[in-house]
Amino acid sequence: MVDAPAANSEENAADAFLQGGVSLRNAPGPYFGRYGGRWMPESLIAALDEVQHTFEKAKADPEFLAQLNDLNKNYSGRPSLLTEAKRFSEHAGGARIFLKREDLNHTGSHKINNVLGQALLAKRMGKTRVIAETGAGQHGVASATAAALLGLECVVYMGAEDCRRQALNVARMQLLGATVVPVTNGSQTLKDAINDALRDWVSNVENTHYLLGTAAGAHPFPAMVRFFHEVIGVEARAQILEQTGKLPDAVCACIGGGSNAIGIFHSFLDDASVKIYGFEAGGDGVDTGRHAAAITLGRPGVLHGARSYLMQDEDGQTIESHSISAGLDYPSVGPEHSYLADIGRVTYEPITDTEAMDAFRLLCRTEGILPAIESSHALAGAIKVGQRLTEGKADPSEVTIIVNLSGRGDKDVETAAAWFDMLDEEGNVKGTTLSTRKPKGPAERAAEAGAADVKEDQN
Amino acid sequence: MTEQITSKSAAAIDRAKAEGRAALIGYLPAGYPSVQASIDAGIAMARNGADLIEIGIPYSDPVMDGPVIQAATTEAIASGFRVASVFDVVAGITAATDVAVLVMTYWNPVMRMGVDEFSRRLAEAGGAGLITPDLIPDEASEWFAASDKYGLDRVFLVAPSSTPERLAMTVKASRGFVYAVSIMGVTGTRQSVSSSAEKVVANTHAAGAERVCVGLGVSNADHVREIAAYADGVIVGTALVAAIRDGGVDAVGQLTKNLSAGLTREEA
Repeated sequence: MVDAPAANSEENAADAFLQGGVSLRNAPGPYFGRYGGRWMPESLIAALDEVQHTFEKAKADPEFLAQLNDLNKNYSGRPSLLTEAKRFSEHAGGARIFLKREDLNHTGSHKINNVLGQALLAKRMGKTRVIAETGAGQHGVASATAAALLGLECVVYMGAEDCRRQALNVARMQLLGATVVPVTNGSQTLKDAINDALRDWVSNVENTHYLLGTAAGAHPFPAMVRFFHEVIGVEARAQILEQTGKLPDAVCACIGGGSNAIGIFHSFLDDASVKIYGFEAGGDGVDTGRHAAAITLGRPGVLHGARSYLMQDEDGQTIESHSISAGLDYPSVGPEHSYLADIGRVTYEPITDTEAMDAFRLLCRTEGILPAIESSHALAGAIKVGQRLTEGKADPSEVTIIVNLSGRGDKDVETAAAWFDMLDEEGNVKGTTLSTRKPKGPAERAAEAGAADVKEDQN
Repeated sequence: MTEQITSKSAAAIDRAKAEGRAALIGYLPAGYPSVQASIDAGIAMARNGADLIEIGIPYSDPVMDGPVIQAATTEAIASGFRVASVFDVVAGITAATDVAVLVMTYWNPVMRMGVDEFSRRLAEAGGAGLITPDLIPDEASEWFAASDKYGLDRVFLVAPSSTPERLAMTVKASRGFVYAVSIMGVTGTRQSVSSSAEKVVANTHAAGAERVCVGLGVSNADHVREIAAYADGVIVGTALVAAIRDGGVDAVGQLTKNLSAGLTREEA
């Protein structure tokens, strides 16, 4: 039983860090300062213990690590590239911006790192079924992929509203053999999908592993999910040293639950010269109440098993979050981020939908890369950070910034087309409905074939 | 268990025991369909054979609840339920009856009000204590202090999956009774009571618990009869929520009467 240390011990932690005496890396959980823990039903504690023990054994087992490395390399395509975004950089005060290309991983985002690790653990635990929650669909697709690869049954819970926003990803999961369960409770988004996944887990825990998709939830999930994503930062740190000969001035990532962010941040936490920024979804603007900026405007509370910053009303009811990005539309955040915010090691700022979509378009047009809307929040933040850090610098190109480009934006094309007024009143992309030829889909082909059969019969 | 504090829940269970039967514990959420209806329904349960009453606080993310209770609590919140109203429900029932009234709540609303402040107001309303489905003793240091200060019962849950070590720790942390979850799952009516329930109760007794009550999936007098044979109390939730939904306060009274018929232990 560890109780919350007083606020001054957090100041001490920050002081100690700045004096170089304390490492912020490899925090094992369950507590990160006064955050984290296990605010969970007793029914699930044995399962959490099993996951924890299996994980601890596995990460000390060279055979497991070799298996994971092999999948990362030969299945996901790691290491992912570190690409300098030269034309985009001109808009960031001239700072050199480098993109950590998690969008190039198999399935199109960082999510694959975590699911491969956890799916291997599920096999080690003898589980035959994995369940997952998903917001944008990226984690659901990644989970369905890992389940197909390793021969596990897969059920994905997805808010009904998110199913509508990300219909293409629903089809992808189904094509990969997963069952997608639309969740119609509550706000019908990510948090409600997690609620239903937890209800499933408590009922089927004997044969089922809950493949949680972000660095949040009850211990050991925050520390475990971070571990599987640490490869992002390990690669990025080595790549930037190789390409520029020095550490970056800043590292930027978007924050929903915060798994891509903690994955890239981790390698830089002890590099005191590196400023670290997390960008939350500011939605319509944090003063409108329609946002998902848990650290910026939330207050500590418990949701889904961890104590962390939480968007809640005066009664402790969770407030519905809002963001154009389904993947950031979550009213809390991983507990390690809350701790890093409190001790001042990482700076967390909100980015509005508009800022994110401007950065989205800018990256498309300057670099030929279509980013996920989630990652576009990090890009928008990097523009601001670049402008700040280069202010008054004779040679702004001395400033280098890494942005974690956590996913690709193919899934967001429809949202972006609507945002940029590219659709007609029927919701079709303008200029795509002019053809006078008959459509040639499977239905039409069947009809034509049928007509041909009839003719043949008559002959 | 702390000896100097008189547990209202334990006293209610012991009164039933003295009558040669298990205690009946009825659950309803506060504010469904209204705060006044919750008070009336609580009184109806007490007058028709319930020994303890569990009043739930509607919460936005009830991960241990099935569809019936979720629908009821979601509706209560949508109709403007405020957490502080739970104290009115507790006070209303305790003023009219002599049953022990516990509050069942997910932890965040308590944390938001302040654990000490919540406990003070609950005690002031005449409440017996709290049942905490997502608070395990490992995280409960603030609640230990406040429940001791205000003389409230701490009802923690044990499950078929609980290890002997956790059973012992949870029994030691609890006051009033220990809530044994009959099956691995969420609230909701089921055809039959899982055979795992009897084992959990036996193990929890063996771990030192004086009073163990069984909940989850208990919905009719046959279930009650089966569980009353080995447990100190029987907890019914979803069936009562469905009753108030479909037939109002009268239906709650009628169902409680039917359920209480299953309580008496048959002579060996």
